[in-house]
Amino acid sequence: MKKRLEVLGKPRRRVDGRAKVTGQLRYADDLSMPRMLHAKLLRSPHPHATVEKVDAEKARKHPGVHLVLTGQDFPVPFGIMPVSVDEYPLARERVRYVGDPVAAVIARDEQAATEALKLIEVSYRILPVVGSAEEGLKNPEPRIHDYGEQGNIHRNQSYEFGNVEESLKSADLVFDDLFFYEGNTHLPMEQQASLAFLDPEGKLQVSSSTQNPHYLHRQLARVLQVPEASIRVVATPNGGGFGGKCDPGGHEFVVAKAALVLGRPVKIGLTREEVFYVHRGRHPVLMRMRTGVTRDGMLTGMHLQTLLDGGGYGSHGPASTFYTGVLTPVTYHYPRFKFEACRVFTNKPACGPKRGHGTPQPRFGQEVQLDKIAEKLAMDPAELRLKNLVKANSLTASWLHVGSIGLEECIRKVVELSGWKEKHRKLPRGRGVGLACSTYMCGAGVAIYWNKMPHSGVQILLDRSGSVIVYCGATEIGQGSDDVLAGIVAETLGVDPGVVRCVTGDTGITPVDLGSYSSRVTIMMGNAAVQAAERLRTAIAGVVCENLNTVPDRVVFSQGRVFAADSSGPGMTFVEAVHAAEAQLGTLSAVGSYAPPKPPGKYKGAGVGPSPAYSFTACVVETEVDERTGWIHVPKIWIAHDIGRALNPTLARGQVIGGVYMGLGEALMEEQSFRRLPEKLSGALVHRAPSMLDYKSLTALDMPEVEVALIEDPDPNCPYGAKEVGQGPLLPVMPALANAIYDAVGVRIDEVPITPDKVLSALERKAKGEPARVGPEAFPAVPYPKPTFVLPPWEGGDGNEAKRDAAAAVV
Amino acid sequence: MPATVRCALKVNGEEQGVSFPSYKTLLEVLREELGLTGTKHGCELGECGACTVLVDGEPALSCLVLALECEGRSVETIEGVARGPELHPLQAAFADFGGSQCGYCTPGVIMTAKALLERNASPTRQQIKEATAGNLCRCTGYQQIVEAIEGAAARLRSEKAKEAS
Repeated sequence: MKKRLEVLGKPRRRVDGRAKVTGQLRYADDLSMPRMLHAKLLRSPHPHATVEKVDAEKARKHPGVHLVLTGQDFPVPFGIMPVSVDEYPLARERVRYVGDPVAAVIARDEQAATEALKLIEVSYRILPVVGSAEEGLKNPEPRIHDYGEQGNIHRNQSYEFGNVEESLKSADLVFDDLFFYEGNTHLPMEQQASLAFLDPEGKLQVSSSTQNPHYLHRQLARVLQVPEASIRVVATPNGGGFGGKCDPGGHEFVVAKAALVLGRPVKIGLTREEVFYVHRGRHPVLMRMRTGVTRDGMLTGMHLQTLLDGGGYGSHGPASTFYTGVLTPVTYHYPRFKFEACRVFTNKPACGPKRGHGTPQPRFGQEVQLDKIAEKLAMDPAELRLKNLVKANSLTASWLHVGSIGLEECIRKVVELSGWKEKHRKLPRGRGVGLACSTYMCGAGVAIYWNKMPHSGVQILLDRSGSVIVYCGATEIGQGSDDVLAGIVAETLGVDPGVVRCVTGDTGITPVDLGSYSSRVTIMMGNAAVQAAERLRTAIAGVVCENLNTVPDRVVFSQGRVFAADSSGPGMTFVEAVHAAEAQLGTLSAVGSYAPPKPPGKYKGAGVGPSPAYSFTACVVETEVDERTGWIHVPKIWIAHDIGRALNPTLARGQVIGGVYMGLGEALMEEQSFRRLPEKLSGALVHRAPSMLDYKSLTALDMPEVEVALIEDPDPNCPYGAKEVGQGPLLPVMPALANAIYDAVGVRIDEVPITPDKVLSALERKAKGEPARVGPEAFPAVPYPKPTFVLPPWEGGDGNEAKRDAAAAVV
Repeated sequence: MPATVRCALKVNGEEQGVSFPSYKTLLEVLREELGLTGTKHGCELGECGACTVLVDGEPALSCLVLALECEGRSVETIEGVARGPELHPLQAAFADFGGSQCGYCTPGVIMTAKALLERNASPTRQQIKEATAGNLCRCTGYQQIVEAIEGAAARLRSEKAKEAS
């Protein structure tokens, strides 16, 4: 029996709130055990070299040292994606970036381990260094990896949905722009830490700051050659992840192996410098975007080319490569779309998934280009966007199914809140506003490894005490997944969230959930939780309906009571109902699970991009630019996010503001950049800034006021209608800032971050009468493959790859 | 084994003798010798503020302070903030206003905010931002942290007013 929402939709203290403010929450580095040893890693000082010899004899004899591990101890490689298993816990024959781990010391304390690291002698033979994607294209030899497409190209792909050249020819205007988005890193406050030990049964347990315990579990079994059933991975609450704790890390295998060898607990806590080396952050991406538009502002098609600097390993790279294109046509209707992407290996820390995974880069280009189009057509940028919106319950040219779309309302909301119409192109020189939009998936439609099983499972156990214990493999990384789980179960069973206890992220006792990535948890875990809780409700209703003189469908569960909908009788307490049901049915437990719907696209590669739902966001940034110094001040940001339903508005608002914060940091200052040491000092490519002091991020003083509007239109595919909020709100901030700067001082900064020196340089060019722009000047010749050609749904396609001339036949 | 020193530390109001290697920082001694893991490592270089504790009532980065230097001084950590079983108004406000997401920076920010509110019962937003600018947070965007501190300040003021009347 449906009822008004009682728990969800109202601001509520999150279930793990108390533990966080008292210091009681135990993160991985807070764990310790009797007889625990400490591990430290020796990392390569060279960006590219052959490891000729590792001599650890002296280190092994150092007082307090229990074990030294090298690449020889790890013959089996790992990799989060089955197509990119290219990394060893400790490098065996080759190091591929400064910071690649080559040996590990396990000692009685960190001090002894650190001393022993200095006694390990490694002979390296230096190899030529690839410093950028362009260099990687130019120098196919030496290959950084002996797999991939060719030379130093890791992934190379091309898709064309309808004849795009034709669509550009039919346009009144074609915009051809280059954009560059610099890499940046997650910088979670918690440095990665792991503790491995043998449990009392002799099985391996690894407690680790991982976002994806299930994938880590599988990789541990593979690398250590231990049966999966003999391993238990506990994801400790993450002190921030943002994608940085999705990949398994070398350190996790090292402590696990050491615990197996020594039979003692072994812990490692990475230093902040090491966290920069582990990285897996935002890919630097160079983009070329050609877009056709009619005089009245209708988009005719887009040809997007991307070039990704992947760093030294595969990581999530194959997915990242897809994501630099696949979500581009989800906000606006492009009748035809072509997307070519190439990821190149370089001798830098591996890039991977960071909040928004691969999509902030093309979104930046797309939204800045739309601003240019609007200006050229003398249209309001908001109107141009409104005119081209994807319709609800439709397909894109690339066969993604878009269900609910609240983008129109988002745009109207930020236009209204920000006073856009009174400000855009009307503020005094030096001040400006910019608008941009975005979308994000509510969970990837396909698992990282191919399987037909559910993406999330939830088990609920009802105790006679009235407490509700919920088990799920989902991982709390700060986003509030435990609170979502408790809230949904409490709502469905009509109890207070205070009686719900969440047991999560433990592969030894919880059903599989694939992990905290791709904004999938609320939707997938949530749907599984609804199913499990509804099964229990049905079971209890079936028992108590007789006592309540009603039918099962008319039994209401509300505020800790169970009663008949159409009766004024008192009913019974939830606990009494549990007792009655347990007496008749036995122990009360139910499971629920969820797998996303099958995507409509059938061509090879159609598995990346589909999602059960998409969230949408619109954002207006106001800025003040000092033309003498180039200094960019942002006084205020307005943002509207189509969330479907905010399950806990306090947390949802926090996710939005946190996303804006991270986006603004990327827009203004965050960059994972490198420099070459002088030749006499090895010429190595090293981090500019492997420290928090040098890697700039916004402080409380730098952060502008953010006004948040949550647009709620429940999505039928989502639990209680709730869409994602963890990633989407970051995405429009960077282009909105770039567009605001143009509105303020009339210069285009076509790359991120947008720093004062770039603004000044563009202003100088403008003063000289040159193009008032800073950004990439050229796109290299990339040997993209022949595209997979697919007809858009409206050209008679069936979602399969088609012959190119089929288009002509239909048209 | 490295040589250890013995030192009397007053932590959260309790005097105790602790033995530790002399090179250990206050952060390490709190976490590793006393089991007070509420104070966090974030960088060990004084850049992030996650390890903030109060030494004689003033915020200090415990990763930059040798534990030896704290002999005879009063150290307060997040574990000492609650009022018995009840949360301190700052703790309650951080939990209720969304001031804590992943929670890793939270102990440090709460200690900084506690010192601020002890010397200024009615800080402006700007003063709150200035006081907490040394505590990095990657989750919240700071806005709900500022709101939490404002909320706690209001509650502490009304508590004081009630006591006075």
